[in-house]
Amino acid sequence: MAELVVSGLRAAVGGKEILRGVDLTVRSGEVHAVMGPNGSGKSTLAHVIMGRPGYEVLGGSVTLDGTDILVLEPWQRAAAGLFSAMQYPTEVPGVALDDVLEEALAAVGRGGDDVQARMRAEAERIGFDERFLHRPLNVDLSGGEKKRNETLQLGVLRPSIAILDEIDSGLDIDALRKVARRVEAETEERGLGVLAITHYRRLLSELRADVVHVLSRGRIVATGGPELAEELESTGYAGFADDEAEGQVDVMPGLRESFEG
Amino acid sequence: MDQLRGPTWLQHRRARAFERFSTTPLPTVEEEVWRYSRIPELDLGVYRPHTGAPSGEAVPDGLQPVLDTVEERAALVVVHNGSVVHVDVDPNAAADGLEVGRLADLDPEGAALGTVTGEASGAFSLLHDAFVADPVLVRVRPGLVVDAPVVVLHWTDGSGLATFPHLVVQAGDNSDVVVYDHSGSADVDALVLPVVELAAAPASRLRYVNAQLLGQRVWQLGRQLSRGQRDARLSTSMVALGGGYARLEVESTLAGRGASGEMLAVYFGEGNQMHDFRTLQDHEAPKTMSDLLFKGAVQGRSRSVYTGMIHIGKQAAGVDAFQTNRNIKLSDGAWAESVPNLEIENNDVRCSHASAVGPVDEDQRYYLESRGVPPARAERLIVLGFFEDVLERLAVPGAVPALRSEITAKLDRRDVEVAR
Repeated sequence: MAELVVSGLRAAVGGKEILRGVDLTVRSGEVHAVMGPNGSGKSTLAHVIMGRPGYEVLGGSVTLDGTDILVLEPWQRAAAGLFSAMQYPTEVPGVALDDVLEEALAAVGRGGDDVQARMRAEAERIGFDERFLHRPLNVDLSGGEKKRNETLQLGVLRPSIAILDEIDSGLDIDALRKVARRVEAETEERGLGVLAITHYRRLLSELRADVVHVLSRGRIVATGGPELAEELESTGYAGFADDEAEGQVDVMPGLRESFEG
Repeated sequence: MDQLRGPTWLQHRRARAFERFSTTPLPTVEEEVWRYSRIPELDLGVYRPHTGAPSGEAVPDGLQPVLDTVEERAALVVVHNGSVVHVDVDPNAAADGLEVGRLADLDPEGAALGTVTGEASGAFSLLHDAFVADPVLVRVRPGLVVDAPVVVLHWTDGSGLATFPHLVVQAGDNSDVVVYDHSGSADVDALVLPVVELAAAPASRLRYVNAQLLGQRVWQLGRQLSRGQRDARLSTSMVALGGGYARLEVESTLAGRGASGEMLAVYFGEGNQMHDFRTLQDHEAPKTMSDLLFKGAVQGRSRSVYTGMIHIGKQAAGVDAFQTNRNIKLSDGAWAESVPNLEIENNDVRCSHASAVGPVDEDQRYYLESRGVPPARAERLIVLGFFEDVLERLAVPGAVPALRSEITAKLDRRDVEVAR
């Protein structure tokens, strides 16, 4: 049983406070969605939990099974069981996916795993072209292929908690369905806990969320069940803006249009 | 001087060069092409040329592993302390018109020597000509496609020795040849002044790959010059991992319309090593194309210099010329300099140059770390990956795994350095 607890988390980028006190808890087998407009701090939340350089923690805590992970290096957080599927996976010229996964598994004493076979099996499940397995990481991959690549890594690395940052962007509906099925299977079979960050409800029509959080201006302003996502569909984010956001009636007109469309 | 063997013309040539050398001052760092170099540290007085008889026909033990990496070859020449000790040409290739061996045997008048370098001028070129012991010639008959590499191995193992290897490659019209030139040494104090001349006749394809794995107390002051005639395709690649101070001047002249020149290099210094590259892409003729990609890394207290010049002559219209130099600095104590230059006398050209010196890319490292790869391992993967696009283009694929292992071994030594 794993438990990721984010408590009163405040963080800044370039001296500007982006997260202003975030609280949420993700347990094994649960799928939490974090929704919110652009600039609300969704990606910052993912980066701070994983330890990306350039993000300054101002206060609060993040623990995984009671262990303070904010003091750990990113690779140690991964070794502790965290995985972060990035919104924009980095291209790493000349470095093959299988080499990276072998190094990552060796670091946690799982060097004996048959990485090649695991990769092939995962690729098959989500329709990821096997040619990419030995090619340089993310180089010349389309947006959707990069997302499948992230999902494949999740499947091979088998984390206890996964943060999925806009895993749906770039995926067509068939690919999104396969990715969502794969993630759900992990939650059901292995008890993976998921924190799925998304801008659109589209992801949640494929990936069933137990809890939906609305993030606005660095705070969680509403938490509920799947019905919250439906509510968002009719009201947009404006209805969930916190006090300071008042006056910004239409935070995301483009988003509203996409819901209406 | 007198002990150096060879035909009379060669003896005379040496004597003339020595006379001129005696009145030519050594270069100083005041000269732009020697800026940043370690030339003030050079004490020529501590070295002596190898003038004795060649030391047996055996392939030196240090070269044996190299032979295993290029088992398929059209010819093999072994040069030990500057003298040719072994020549072996595949009989079929020889029958087709591949000549490989001692230049003094194959070219009785010495006409092939200096055809690309021209008359020697600088002090070290003169010094080379004064002591060159036993030049090697590779000559490919017009129209012949040599389907396995010609392998030339250089070995230096005398402490205090100065050696002066010289290789001439002449690819005839419409011919196609790959030459793999490996330079190694024992862990000795030595000075190596190699010269390579590559002459590509019209419509020929000449690919030259040089692996420099000299010991870290060896100084190299090398020159490599190539000249491509009409529609010739030249490619020169360097993998420079050895040497104490290892300098190489690489000049590619595209003299005939439609000629192209690819120039690739990987260099990686550790400890107190210094790699020093000076390149020239010289476009004399129209419709010529050159593409240079040099990638280096420095760790420990090592240093590297890359300075490159693209020259487009007045007659050279419709030229494409590209120059890219990228460097990764792996420690605070290491230092790398990159200076690209352009000199364009014709407006109808497409030219670009790019250069960079910096640490391992932070985003790339974070990406690997976020998968669970520890920092040192992540950097190691990234550095290997950084070199990979050059390594995978080398015309001698068989030699690449061993070269990659040398790079890996250097990175392993870095881990030890960091852990201390």
